[in-house]
Amino acid sequence: MEIKLVKNILDANDRLAEDNRKVFDAAGSTVINMIGSPGSGKTSLIMRTIENLKDDCHIQVIEGDIASSIDAQAIAEKGVDALQINTEGECHLDANMIRQAVKDFKLKPGLLFIENVGNLVCPAEFEIGENHKVTVISVPEGHDKPYKYPLIFSKSAAVVLTKSDLMPYIDFDMDKFRSGIMSLNSDCKIFAVSSKTGEGLDGWIDWLKGIRG
Amino acid sequence: MHELSVTQSLLDMSVKEAEKAGAAGIDEIKIVIGDLTGISEECVQFYFDIISKDTIAEDAALSFKRIPAAFRCKKCGHVFDRKKLMFNCPVCGSPGVLIGRGKELYIEGIEVRYDGDKTG
Repeated sequence: MEIKLVKNILDANDRLAEDNRKVFDAAGSTVINMIGSPGSGKTSLIMRTIENLKDDCHIQVIEGDIASSIDAQAIAEKGVDALQINTEGECHLDANMIRQAVKDFKLKPGLLFIENVGNLVCPAEFEIGENHKVTVISVPEGHDKPYKYPLIFSKSAAVVLTKSDLMPYIDFDMDKFRSGIMSLNSDCKIFAVSSKTGEGLDGWIDWLKGIRG
Repeated sequence: MHELSVTQSLLDMSVKEAEKAGAAGIDEIKIVIGDLTGISEECVQFYFDIISKDTIAEDAALSFKRIPAAFRCKKCGHVFDRKKLMFNCPVCGSPGVLIGRGKELYIEGIEVRYDGDKTG
């Protein structure tokens, strides 16, 4: 006998994510799920963002990593609350990991950055209760990434193209990059920034100010 | 890489639904996967064979229906499936825009059997 289901396979995770979202809403946290490859510059971008925004609003950071707490330590040195989650080999954060982690974390009204495990594929599939997904991709990774990893670009509110100071040295076709993202998600904002020189950060910071609750 | 989590979830859901229906076993799980998800069928099958052992889904066959990602040309309106690394219209060459299809990841249904019912 056939039982018709038509049920999302990640339904259990999605429901936990919905619960997380309620917790974040109640605390006044605007949550940004930062997704990008290892080495794309997610942590550096968060550190730069802290420097630029910490006088404007509370910033908190949850760092997802397969192992180690190097990133959370570096961020804590900036004087903001940072929490490390080690996924013990898992390639992405899921809603349950976030739920467990925030139990012991005092959420404050403001921006909460959740840095996902370095990976453009798996984190795209798992909601964690965020308000926005942001894809972080660096110039050296190449302009073809929206075509190769369409799901994450189709779901992101913004794409931050990092290491823009390397543009003169790399054959990065900005038009192709932009066109690929626009085909997948015409509402997506694109910011080209350099965390090293500070170039282009203004647009990103203004966008964050606009989405902050 | 995330196929283990996906497979675990689809196994749990199927077993729960089958038990709710009072079934003795699951013969088939029908899965629908959108092309944009990047889920590998071989990988799901590999994990399923391991983690379904000693459950009522142990002998279940997995069937996969693949939904291509569809784009509509911004210029001529032609609707087309994604070609590798290209979102441009095959008719006029202009960029297309992603329309609905391609992000699916769900169980369409399960085929179950009851005690004394070998044929299902």
